[in-house]
Parts: sequence; C-alpha cells; structure tokens
Amino acid sequence: MNSLTPELMLQLTMLVPVLAIAGILLTGRSENVREAVSVIASLIVLALVIGLYNTFKAGIAVEVNWFEIMPGLSLSFRLEAMGMIFALVAGVLWLVTIFYAIGYMRSHHEENQTRFYACFALAIGSVFGVAFASNLFTLFIFYEVLTLSTYPLVTHAGTAEAKKGGRTYLGILLGTSIAFFLFAILGTYFVAGTLEFTQGGVFPAGTSVAVGGALLVLFVFGVGKAAIMPFHRWLPAAMVAPTPVSALLHAVAVVKAGVFTLLKVGTFIFGLDFLNELPTTDALLYLAGASVIIASLIAMRQDNLKKRLAYSTVSQLSYITAGMLLATDAGITGGAMHIAMHAFGKITLFFCAGAILVTLHKTDVSQLRGIGWQMPVTMAAFLIGTLSIIGLPPTGGSWSKWFLLSGALDADQMFIMGVLMLSSLLNIAYLLPIPILAFFPPADGVARPAIKEAPLPSLLALSFTALMCLVLFVFPQPLYELAASITQ
Amino acid sequence: MIVHLSVLQVIIPLIAAPICLLLRKSELAWAFATLVAFMTLAVSVALLSQVMQSGPVSYELGGWEAPWGIEYRVDMLNAPLLVLISAISALALLASRTSIENEIPENRHTFFYIAWLLCMAGLLGITATGDAFNVFVFLEISSLATYTLIALGKDRRALWASFQYLVAGTIGATFILIGIGLMYVMTGTLNMADLAQRLPDVENTKTVFTAFAFLIVGVCMKLALFPLHLWLPNAYTFAPSIVTTFLAATATKVAVYVMIRFIFDVFGFEFSFTHFPLQEVLLTLGIAGIFVASVVAIYQDNLKRMLAYSSVAQVGYIMLGISFASQTGIMATLLHMLNHGLMKGALFLALAAVVYRMGIAQLSQMHGIASRMPLTMAAFLIGGLSLIGVPLTVGFISKWYLVSAALENGWWPVAAAILLGSLLSVVYIWRVIEVAYFKPVSESTPDVKEAPAALLIPMWILVLANLYFGIETSLTVGVSQMAAADLFGGLR
Repeated sequence: MNSLTPELMLQLTMLVPVLAIAGILLTGRSENVREAVSVIASLIVLALVIGLYNTFKAGIAVEVNWFEIMPGLSLSFRLEAMGMIFALVAGVLWLVTIFYAIGYMRSHHEENQTRFYACFALAIGSVFGVAFASNLFTLFIFYEVLTLSTYPLVTHAGTAEAKKGGRTYLGILLGTSIAFFLFAILGTYFVAGTLEFTQGGVFPAGTSVAVGGALLVLFVFGVGKAAIMPFHRWLPAAMVAPTPVSALLHAVAVVKAGVFTLLKVGTFIFGLDFLNELPTTDALLYLAGASVIIASLIAMRQDNLKKRLAYSTVSQLSYITAGMLLATDAGITGGAMHIAMHAFGKITLFFCAGAILVTLHKTDVSQLRGIGWQMPVTMAAFLIGTLSIIGLPPTGGSWSKWFLLSGALDADQMFIMGVLMLSSLLNIAYLLPIPILAFFPPADGVARPAIKEAPLPSLLALSFTALMCLVLFVFPQPLYELAASITQ
Repeated sequence: MIVHLSVLQVIIPLIAAPICLLLRKSELAWAFATLVAFMTLAVSVALLSQVMQSGPVSYELGGWEAPWGIEYRVDMLNAPLLVLISAISALALLASRTSIENEIPENRHTFFYIAWLLCMAGLLGITATGDAFNVFVFLEISSLATYTLIALGKDRRALWASFQYLVAGTIGATFILIGIGLMYVMTGTLNMADLAQRLPDVENTKTVFTAFAFLIVGVCMKLALFPLHLWLPNAYTFAPSIVTTFLAATATKVAVYVMIRFIFDVFGFEFSFTHFPLQEVLLTLGIAGIFVASVVAIYQDNLKRMLAYSSVAQVGYIMLGISFASQTGIMATLLHMLNHGLMKGALFLALAAVVYRMGIAQLSQMHGIASRMPLTMAAFLIGGLSLIGVPLTVGFISKWYLVSAALENGWWPVAAAILLGSLLSVVYIWRVIEVAYFKPVSESTPDVKEAPAALLIPMWILVLANLYFGIETSLTVGVSQMAAADLFGGLR
C-alpha cells in the first residue's frame, strides 16, 4: 500500500466501485464469480477507506482536483472529518451488506441480480463522491447520481407497486433537488461567489439574514434525502425494494447522504454563527422536532415491519437535521455521531427484517410473536439494534443521543430536549415490543417450533452489525474524536 | 483563399446544389453533399479561429464597397453559429443515406440532397451576411428548401404540415420584408452597420417603430415563439427524421440570431428596450412557452412530437435570456443556442435511429426497447439528461448561466420558474426512460436490432459533444462571453 498516495486512494474509493460494475456486468453469467467481484471490490474499498483514515489521523491534508467546469465551479475532493465518518460507515457496511445480499438474493430467488449488483456498486461509488466532495457543486452531482442509480434498485421487483414506489421515490428526490436544492446552490453562489466548503461558512459579513434564511429553507427542503416532513414520503415508498437495498441505501447510504449534506451545509456553508442569526432556523428546528414526533406516531400504526422501520428512519433523520439547526458544537458532534450510530442500529434491524422474510416469509409485525424461538440469533440482534435506536446503554446509540441532548441544552432549546425524550419513549413503544414478544412462549399445548435460522452469510452480517452497536458503546473514542474535530 | 472564406461559406453549398442535380444517382449525390458539408464545416471552423484571433472578418461581394454593395460580416456573434450549422449538417448528412432509405422513395433521394444543400446555404447565408435585404433573400431560400424537405416525409400528413409551415413561414417572411422595406425607406440603406448609424436620426418616427414591430413579430414567427409556434410540432413530427434533426438543431437558432442581430446591433439596445415593452413581452411569452409547451410535451405519445414541443419550450428559455437585457442574459442565450443545438441534434438522431428500425417513434410500442437498441437508447438518455440540465452536460451550463442572469437582475421568481421548467422536462424525459428501460419487452414491441453504424456514429459524436462541452466549457462559454461583450460594447 506504500506506493499508493492518499490522493490516489481517495479517487480509487470512487473508481473501484465503477470498475467493479464492468466486472459485474462481464461476469454476470456466473453467479459465484460475479459475487466474488463485488466482495473483492468492497474489500479493496474498505482497505482504502481505512488507509485514508490513517492518513487523516496523521494530519496529512489530501486534496484532489479533477477539472474546473466554470470559474469557481470545479469537481474536487478533500478529506475532512465529517466525510471521513460517512466514508468509514459506508465502507464497512457495504462489505457487510454484500455478504447479506448474497444470502438474501439467492434464497429469495430474485431476478436481474446482475443489474442489482451493478447499480449497488454505482450507488456506493457516488456515496464516496458525496462524502469527499470539497464543494457543494461536486456534492450535488454525486447526490443526483445516487438518486438515479438507486431508482432501478427500488423498482427491482418490477411489479406495479414497485413502479409506483419508484415514481414517488424519483419524483420527490429529483423534484426537491432541482426545484429547491439547485436553486439554493445557485443562490449561494450568487451571494457568496463560491461553493467551497469553508470552516465558518462562506457568506460574507453583512449578508442579509432574510436572504440567508430563505436559502436555509431551500436547503433543508431541497435535500429531500434528509426526509424532513412533508418531503418524507419517498422513504416509505422505497420500501418495496429488496431488503438489502432498504438496509444499505435507505438506512445508510441515501438517507445519510441527505443529513450529511445538511450537516455540511450548516457547518461549512452557513457557519454556526450565521446560522444562529437567521430568522428561519428556529422555525425549521420546530419542524424537525415535529417530524421526529409525527413520524414516530405514524410508525406505531404500521403493521408492515419494513414500513415501521422506514418511519422510524424518518424520525431519526430529523434528529440529525435538528442537530445541525441547533447550531452548537455539541449539536454538530451529536449529529455526525448519530450518522454512524443510527446506521449500525438501523441496518441491523433491516437485516433482521429481511432474514425473517426469507426464512419464515413474514412481513408484518403482528406475525412475529414467538418467532424468537425459531430465529434466536436474529431476534437477539434485533433487540440490540432496537436498544441502539432508542439510545439505551449498552449500545452506541446512547452516545449520539447524549450529545444531541447536550447540544439542545447549550442552545437552550427545551422544546428539542422534550422532543428527544418523548421520541425515546415512542421508540420504546413501537420497537421494543417486537423482540420482546418474539421471545414469548407459545400458547399452552403448542410445541415450541424448531430452530430455523436465516442463510449463513446473512446471519453473519446481522450478527456483525449488532456486535458493532455494542462495540461502539464501549469504544466510541475514535468516532467521537472525528466528530468533535469537525467544527475545529 | 483566406479572404474569401466568409463568402465561400455560403457559395459552396449554393453551387453544390445544382451540381447535385447533375449527379442523379442517389449514392453519388449523397457522397457529394456530405463532402460539401464537411468542406463548409472546415471553412466555418477556419472562420471562427480567424475571428477569435483577429476580430471580425468583412467581405465585399463583387468588390463593391459596403453601403452600396453587399457585405458579408462574420464576428463573434455569428461565427460559432456557422460552425454549429455546418457541423450538424455534416453529421446529419453522414447519417442521412441510411436514415432516408425507408422514409423517402428512392427516386426522390437526389431532390432531397439538393433541397438540403439549399436549405443549408440559406441558413448559412442568413447568418453570415451583413446586409438586411440579403437576410430576407436567404430566409426565403432556406424556407422554400425546408418546405420541400418536410413535404418529402413518408406520412401523407407531411404535405399538410409543410403547407401549414409554408403559410406561417410566408407570413413571417413578409413581415420581415415589410420591416426591412420601411427601414430602407427611412434610411436609404440596407447594410446593417450603415443602418445602425443612420437609424438614430430617425428613430422617433412611427415608421421606424412600425418597422421594428413588423420585424420582431416576423422573426418570432420563424423562431416559433409561443404562441406563434403552431406550425412547428407538425413540421417536426411529419418531416423525415433526419430533416427534423437538422431543422431542430439549427433553423430556429438562426431565427434567434436574426432577432439578436437586429435588436442589439441594428436598432440598438436602448431603442429596443426603452421604446418597446420588449422585455415584458419576451419574459411573459418565454415563461408561458416553457410551461405550456413542456406540459403538452408530457402528454405526447409520438416522441418526435414530444421533442418538438420541448423545442418550443427551449425557445422560451432562449427568449428569457434576451428579456433579461443584460450581458449575462444575452450570453446565456447565445450559449443555450449552441448547447440546445447539440442536445436536440443528439436526441433527434436517436429518434431517427428508432424510426429507422421501427418505422415510427411511438412510445406505446417501445416497451423495453433499450434491451434491443442499447446504444441508441443510451444516447437518448444522455441527450435527455442534457435537456433536463443535469450537471456535466451542456444543458447544465446553459441553465446555470440563465439562472445566474435572472439572479443578477434580482428576478428570483424567474429563476424559480426556470428550475420548475426543468422539472417538467424531467417528467417527459423520464416517461421515455421508464418505458424503454424498465418495462419488460412486450408483444407489441417490434423485434428490432440495434441501429446501423451509419446512424450510431454521428449520434454518439453529438452525445460526446454534449458531455465534452459540459465539462470543458472554455470554448463555448468564452465565445459566448466575447460575443455578448461585443454586443454590449457597441452600445450607443
């Protein structure tokens, strides 16, 4: 690895997945070779990301410029703490998800698997583009590639329902990104003259707070991937996708690209000081708080397990949006940490949901009573994931919630503190009964069913992510250091 | 040789047309016409590089001095357009032999190439000349040739479409002639530069006002500004596909050029924008055109008609740029003229390939067609993304400058309208992508093969140009910027 310069490594994180697409398409005939390509590519990418992390820790600045399209509008990348967190999460979870997908897709006898793995690779490549983008323009490009490359994954089943879901998905994501996000980018460029992510923001002193406030509104609604209400409907609609897609893309890559963008915009385009002065920050904060509560309430009423998890994601994403809007160091730190913590927790839950589907063919919460005896490992992992989402020790989720709460305290936002507390209770109400009921004994006189676990690759994957939730509770230090260094 | 470049630009295709008649055989005529088109392309590129190096090139036809004789004048404004016209013409001609095989009867092939060369000569002539009356002459040459080309379409409705265009086009041309005539009455000159000098003395007369009004309305007819666009959808739909490609990429742009030339150079910025509510009119009609035409495009099943309506919408964007009445605005207009030529060229060539294989470009019969014609549909996809204005394509660059120009004027709602217009184009492009890529092949999908190389190569050259000029913008942006600066530097 010594001959690899950090600059090259950074570019390879995007190029290796793209090269993998060619490999996947060429080897599409033979399943094993095709999956081997995916696994090898994800291993390489993980190694690259870890290499980059070591470089970053050593304090070496890494910048790459591809080309300049117009003066001040270039395609370029830079290594930075927040992007590092996102890249690490995506790198680790891609590998895990590939393993999971191999088990899931085969035992579910899905069709068009070659297209599936190819689009998957493209989506991951663009996630790294988003993570390492050094300006809003570059970020926007990869943001759109991510939307387009995940559309075939959402409509994978090819049924009328999948098409309808896909249309909602594309309509909202593309619509908000062009009508609001791009508009906000153009407005920012017009006012500030640059789109470069800069510590402390890019707006010159004396920028009118009215313009800034309007731009903030456009950003928050324009980044549809952050799923703030009322632009959240694409996420439940996307649940028609195969479970590995829901798991990686709609618990990790796509939604996290959204909140990641918002954190970036808040910290490096507006800057926390300017953010505090804006007249719209508080209103948006309340909207994010309302999103948290309303989405939780809707989640309670969903019987379909994946839909329930989707609404739970909507609610959790608004935690991070709120973290940005609090405009305090602790809020940003908590938001960035929550990107990682929620990712591991929610992907575990989705993995479990998929495992239940392929093994027992059950999709609804009401059918899950007592299945813990059949799938003990899966449901144990589900319990750990649930605890992490709620934010209870001994899981990683408790740390990010801690920082978000302290951020709310710093900003003197009692409303958000209340929202976070209430949301934890709601989480308990709609998630915790699932694993608990799963371990209830069967009715009297009925024999306890034999153990019937998920396919081994899938089982390994979900055990690993559940384990990570626990590990992140005991060793949150590296993640915290990264997150805390964002605003410095 | 070099000094004659600007007239050679027009003369070569003009003389080549009758020679074509002598060749008779279809293949020979095609080879000759294509050769001629590439020669004109070489000339136009040489002209552009000369203009970029040493400023405007002026040529006196027959050696008669400017105000009396006819002057050809190539500057930063029209040189890039000359390149666009001849490049699209050359590429389209490359594909034409294959494309017209099924669309035009064998015995009319020679006429097709003759009409094509005449049309091209006309369009180049309008662009290169510095003489107002000459504009009208070449306008008629190109229009008559265009009516012929459209009427060659396989469907009998092509005749009706051609006649419809003939009526609309003649009204437009007559209005332009009336305008030019009135200007001549007041100033006694037809040379544009000379007109620009003499008009200020008489500019507060009703005659000059009338001249301006006639001229602008006539040109708007030719460039299909909403609601004067009614001839365009039929003409584009029923003309042979390759003709549509050529017309969509060049003809309306030439009319826009005439408009800009007269507004900014001949009448002058101040006269045009202070004495006339030009800004309000163009702004309103431009935005109305964008929305109405885009919405109509969404409901079309025939893809040629869909793209035709999209062209009307794009004319709306181009007009918006003029209505901003600022240097950035006009620069965005010029840029979008070139860029739109590239994207519509690529899109219509892709449709020409579809029509070549399927006989018709009907969306309802294209379920899963992307698996049968992957390269063609990939070209359509990229062209479509460019039309929407996705980054890394030319469409994004022009939208970017258009919105910047709107923001510069402080017109936030207009900027929002431009982006909303893009959303509508997402809808009509995505309909096609969804059907072609994600619908399974059904029984109504004809069993077709990928298009032949003769169509694919020009198509992909244009597609790659869409990407190249979307990334490496220094040439197109630089040229448009210089032209816009020239137009505003000449402010009186």
